[in-house]
Amino acid sequence: MRLIEKINCIEKLNSDTFLMRIESENISSEASAGQFVNIKCGEGSEAFLRRPISICSIDRENKTFDIVFNVRGKGTKLLSRYDSGDEIDVMGPLGRGFTIDPSHKSIAVVGGGIGIFPLLQVLKDHPAPNKTAILGFRTRDLVVLEDSFNQYSTELLIATDDGSYGHKGFVTDLLSKKVEAQNFDMVYFCGPSVMMKLGVEVLKKHNIPSEVSVEQRMGCGIGACLVCACKTRKGSDWDYSHVCKDGPVFKAEDIIFD
Amino acid sequence: MSRKINMAVSFAGINLKNPVIAASGTFGFGREYSQYFDIGRLGGIAVKGLTLLPRKGNPPPRIAETPSGILNSVGLQNPGVHAFIKDEIPFIRKYNTAIIANASGNTVEDYEKITEILSDSDIDAIELNLSCPNVKEGCMSFGSTPQGVKKVVERVKKVAKKPLIVKLTPNVTDIVEIALAAQDAGADAVSLINTLLGMAIDAKTRRPILANITGGLSGPAVKPVALRMVYQVSKAVKIPVIGMGGISNGQDAVEFLLAGATAVMVGTAGFVNPYAWVETIDGIEAYMLENGVDDVNELIGGLITD
Ligand SMILES: Cc1cc2nc3c(=O)[nH]c(=O)nc-3n(C[C@H](O)[C@H](O)[C@H](O)COP(=O)(O)OP(=O)(O)OC[C@H]3O[C@@H](n4cnc5c(N)ncnc54)[C@H](O)[C@@H]3O)c2cc1C
Ligand SMILES: Cc1cc2nc3c(=O)[nH]c(=O)nc-3n(C[C@H](O)[C@H](O)[C@H](O)COP(=O)(O)O)c2cc1C
Ligand code: FES
Repeated sequence: MRLIEKINCIEKLNSDTFLMRIESENISSEASAGQFVNIKCGEGSEAFLRRPISICSIDRENKTFDIVFNVRGKGTKLLSRYDSGDEIDVMGPLGRGFTIDPSHKSIAVVGGGIGIFPLLQVLKDHPAPNKTAILGFRTRDLVVLEDSFNQYSTELLIATDDGSYGHKGFVTDLLSKKVEAQNFDMVYFCGPSVMMKLGVEVLKKHNIPSEVSVEQRMGCGIGACLVCACKTRKGSDWDYSHVCKDGPVFKAEDIIFD
Repeated sequence: MSRKINMAVSFAGINLKNPVIAASGTFGFGREYSQYFDIGRLGGIAVKGLTLLPRKGNPPPRIAETPSGILNSVGLQNPGVHAFIKDEIPFIRKYNTAIIANASGNTVEDYEKITEILSDSDIDAIELNLSCPNVKEGCMSFGSTPQGVKKVVERVKKVAKKPLIVKLTPNVTDIVEIALAAQDAGADAVSLINTLLGMAIDAKTRRPILANITGGLSGPAVKPVALRMVYQVSKAVKIPVIGMGGISNGQDAVEFLLAGATAVMVGTAGFVNPYAWVETIDGIEAYMLENGVDDVNELIGGLITD
């Protein structure tokens, strides 16, 4: 669906990260964790294409949803300039989100950088009694949404590349250690593909299933233009699937990380 | 009081209830956008470029944003002509819209074979893509010289049992010479423009943005070039011309009709506005009502140059 919705509020979380709350009866009632919206950030030709941004948190009662984004280039810069009360042109909810199996007792979400955002709603929606969140950031100043992740997980572990906060190193170090002591029924990944590749390898040794959320440059965002290709297994061969429609979330074993 | 206006156009044995067609490669086989609007409102759908066998296409990234446009290097990913006939035609046929099968090949024999297969299927026309800039082998060479165009079109025309549209690449020195070659070889119509070969570089990483390095430019950025080519070709050929390149709304479409196009195709604009196709139809109607035009055919070639 393409909708013109109202921005409830926009908040600056750190030097280049913003949280935008959007009022949308349609999206808040239809969306599930891991899906995304495709946003027209500017008028006419400034930032011509829409920008795909994950749905970070859904408030079904108050009919709003949150996106959190990093300012990277022209599109996200324009997005950061919106004010509460402004109208915004969004298509969504789009794509296939994470699968939530209510029989699972113990799950983990593992995210790095902008990849942490779609994981919050997984924690919010998942009924498992044990929910671990392992989040990675470059440095202390970039740590965001710590309170929210704390609130919806039973254990929160943070890693920074430079050791300025939490564990010094990668989320995969923390994950490796964790799986030695605890058995997860399912792990959800979103972040840089090197991180997800390593993480999936760690889990494979323990036979723990996982899902990964993949990023790719997009055109239409709905499966018509075939630009957002990613390599997936198909029997003994491979094929290109499309991140916007077949994903962004895939079973880890289906993805071929290059 | 609402006046009755005629939006239907007929050319080369193709009847369209209005002159707006979804451009090949931007609309898949119609399934996705059918969830956004009634695709039966379209004059026609040019489906994703087909080849004899399924193709995986090029590695990603396959798209780069450019000022007012995009570059793509999909590389003709498609399920193959047989899967199209079996799985996709029955779906599109549920809607009242013309089906235009866009076909590509690496050799003259491929083009001949795919035309034979499509001729026996339930489609309304074949659009030969001789102009794909994304595929390294093959089709580039046919579309870029009059001899290449003549060679393929002559052979294909002999086996074609459906109206034959030849789609032209703008990546040539003289588009008129190419269009005339297509006409002489028996094309029932020509469509233009396909994408303009281009490139985008990320200065920060010093790398090309597209994995394929080069790709095809489309969207509003190409519109002036497309209009010029449609104008020049329309003046030179006797067969109908289908115009496209950067059309986003009714006014853009009217400009192409005035330049000489009998119908138009809309592609990239739909990525930004999923209703661009229907808004283009509505926009042409609104223009006609405002300007006292009763029949869309009156607009075709109506450019005033004195
Ligand atoms: C499914 C999905 C979910 C995402 N969720 C989030 C999120 O929750 N928060 C967040 O901050 N970012 C998210 N991203 C990344 C976000 O889409 C890019 O950062 C954004 O498109 C950059 O646009 P720009 O104009 O700022 O940058 P520019 O570099 O100016 O963009 C130029 C072009 O490249 C595309 N592009 C650039 N980087 C990326 C990228 N990493 N992924 C896809 N396209 C890209 C842009 O969309 C645009 O078409 C997500 C991406 C995908 C595919
Ligand atoms: C993603 C994409 C895929 C395309 N695939 C095809 C194709 O398979 N066959 C073809 O003849 N043209 C293809 N085209 C070209 C379009 O049909 C059209 O000629 C061109 O994009 C110009 O129109 P536009 O500016 O309205 O998009 C493709 C264009 C895009 C953007
Ligand atoms: S962005 Fe068009 S198919 Fe995914």
